[in-house]
Amino acid sequence: MSERTLDGTSPPTPIIDGAWRVVRALAPFIFLGAAWQVASLFFPAFLFPSLVAVFWRCLDILEQWSQFVDVLYTVGRILAGLAGAFIIGAVLALMMARSKLVDGFLSPILTFFQGIPALSWVVFAIIWFHGVEFRIFFIMVLTTLPAFTFQIVSALRAMSKDLVEMVMSFRPSRVQMFRTLILPSILPEILTAWKVNLGNASRVVVVAELVGATGGVGYQLLQQQQIFDMAGALAWTLQLVFFVLIVQYILTLIENFAFRYRAISERSL
Amino acid sequence: MTMTDTAPPARPEIRFEHVSKTFGRVGATDLFRAVDDLNLEIGSGELVAILGKTGCGKSTMFNMIAGLLEPSAGKVEVSGHDPFAQFNWFRGKIAIVFQNDRLLPWRTAIENVAFGLEMLDVPKAERMASAQAWLTKLGLGGHENDYPHALSGGMRQRVSIARAFATNANILLCDEPFSALDEMTGNRLREEFARLVRENGKTAVFITHSINEALQIGDRIVVLRRPAKIAYDTRLGRDADHGAKEDIRARIQAVLAE
Repeated sequence: MSERTLDGTSPPTPIIDGAWRVVRALAPFIFLGAAWQVASLFFPAFLFPSLVAVFWRCLDILEQWSQFVDVLYTVGRILAGLAGAFIIGAVLALMMARSKLVDGFLSPILTFFQGIPALSWVVFAIIWFHGVEFRIFFIMVLTTLPAFTFQIVSALRAMSKDLVEMVMSFRPSRVQMFRTLILPSILPEILTAWKVNLGNASRVVVVAELVGATGGVGYQLLQQQQIFDMAGALAWTLQLVFFVLIVQYILTLIENFAFRYRAISERSL
Repeated sequence: MTMTDTAPPARPEIRFEHVSKTFGRVGATDLFRAVDDLNLEIGSGELVAILGKTGCGKSTMFNMIAGLLEPSAGKVEVSGHDPFAQFNWFRGKIAIVFQNDRLLPWRTAIENVAFGLEMLDVPKAERMASAQAWLTKLGLGGHENDYPHALSGGMRQRVSIARAFATNANILLCDEPFSALDEMTGNRLREEFARLVRENGKTAVFITHSINEALQIGDRIVVLRRPAKIAYDTRLGRDADHGAKEDIRARIQAVLAE
C-alpha cells in the first residue's frame, strides 16, 4: 500500500525533493545567465559577449597553465592575507578581551582603520614598500584585520559565564580551557568572520593587483580592459567568483560538521 | 540569636572562620554585605543542606568554598587549604553540581560526563569506561551519544551529576541542582543523589531554599539569615522519623520568619 498524506496526495520522493533543491539553488544563476544572453543578442560583443564565448575563455584559462597560475597567485594572496589577518586579529582580540585598557587603546585604532578605503591602503602600500607580494599582503591584512578582531572579541565576550564557571571548577590548564571551551564557543563567529572577509578580500585583492602587481586576476583584468575584451574580463572575474564559491562551500561543510550538535527546529524562522 | 544542637565535627573538611564578603565600591557607603562574620565547620562525610531565603548569601558562600570568590575578611579552609589562593591544589578534589546542568552543548552525554576526567588527564579509554559506568548507574544507558539538546531537563541534570561523581572528588558542592525540575523527577534525583553521596563517602554541601528538600536530603541542616550568618544548625540523623522532621520544620519556619 502506498503512503499518502492527510490531504490524500503522495509525499514527495527523495529524488524529486533533491531535484527541486538543485533547481531552487540554480534558479538565480540561470536567471542572471539568461538575462546576459538576451542582452548579448541586442548589444555588440565588446559590451555583452555571448555566454558561449565567455565559457570558452573560462575553459582556456583553466587549461593553460600560464594563465591558470595567475588565478593561483590571486588565491594564494587572498588566503595568505586572510590567514595573516586572522592570526593577528585573534591575538589582538584575546588581549582586548582580557584587558579593558588594551581594548580602550586598540578599539579606536581598529575603528579608524575600518574607515580607511581599500584604495587608500593600496596607495600607501605602493609608497611605503617595494616588494609587490608584501604590498598586497599588507593591504589584505589591514583591510580585513578590524573585522576579524571585532568578531572574535565579540565572540569571546559572548561566551557563556555559566560554562566558564563550570569549566573553571575543574581547574583546567590554559591549553585545556582553550581547547575545550574557548575554541568551540567562538568557532561559529570565526567561521562567519571568514565567510564575510573572504568576499571582502576577493574584492580588495583585485584592486591591489590592478594597481601594483605583475600577475594575478587583477593584473589580467587590467590587460582585458586595455584590449577591450569583455569576454576575457568576465572569464577572469568568474575565476575569482568560482574560488569564493568553492571556499564558501568548504566553510559550510566545516560548519555542518562542527555544529552537528545543534538542535534543528522543524519550524523555520 | 543562633540556635544550634550540633557539636563541632571532629575533623572539619570545610571551615569558615569569621568570614565576611562584601560587594561594591571599596571605600564607599554602598557596599553590599552578602556574608557576615560566618563561622561554620563541616565534617568529613557529612551531607549538609544549607538553607536560606533568596539573596541570603548562600551562593556567595558556595562560591567561596569552590574557590571562585575570595572572602573580604576571615578565612575559608577546605581540606586544610585556601580554596581561592590555592585554586589549582583542588584539581580533582572538589566537584560541583550547578543549578542548571551547564553541559557543553557540543559534547555528547558521555563526553560531558568524561569532561572532568579529561581535565585530570585520565587516559581516554579509562575516562570513557568510567563515564559509561556512571551514565548506566544514573539510568542513562543508551543515551551516551545523545547531545544535550536531545535530552530532557531531568536527564541533563543527571548527566551533570554523573560528571561530578565521575571525578571521584571527595567534596561535592551542589547549588540548588533540582530546583528547576518537576516534583517527581526532583524527588527521584534527590534520593539518588543522597544515596550516591552516602555510598561513596563524600562530603557534600547542598544549597537549597526549600525546607522539604533540606529535610529530604540533609544529614545536617544549616539555616542562614541575611546577610549569611548561621541562624539555626541541626543534625537530623539518617533515620529521623516523621515527628522529628516535623519538629525541625517548625523550628526552621520560625527562624526564617524572623
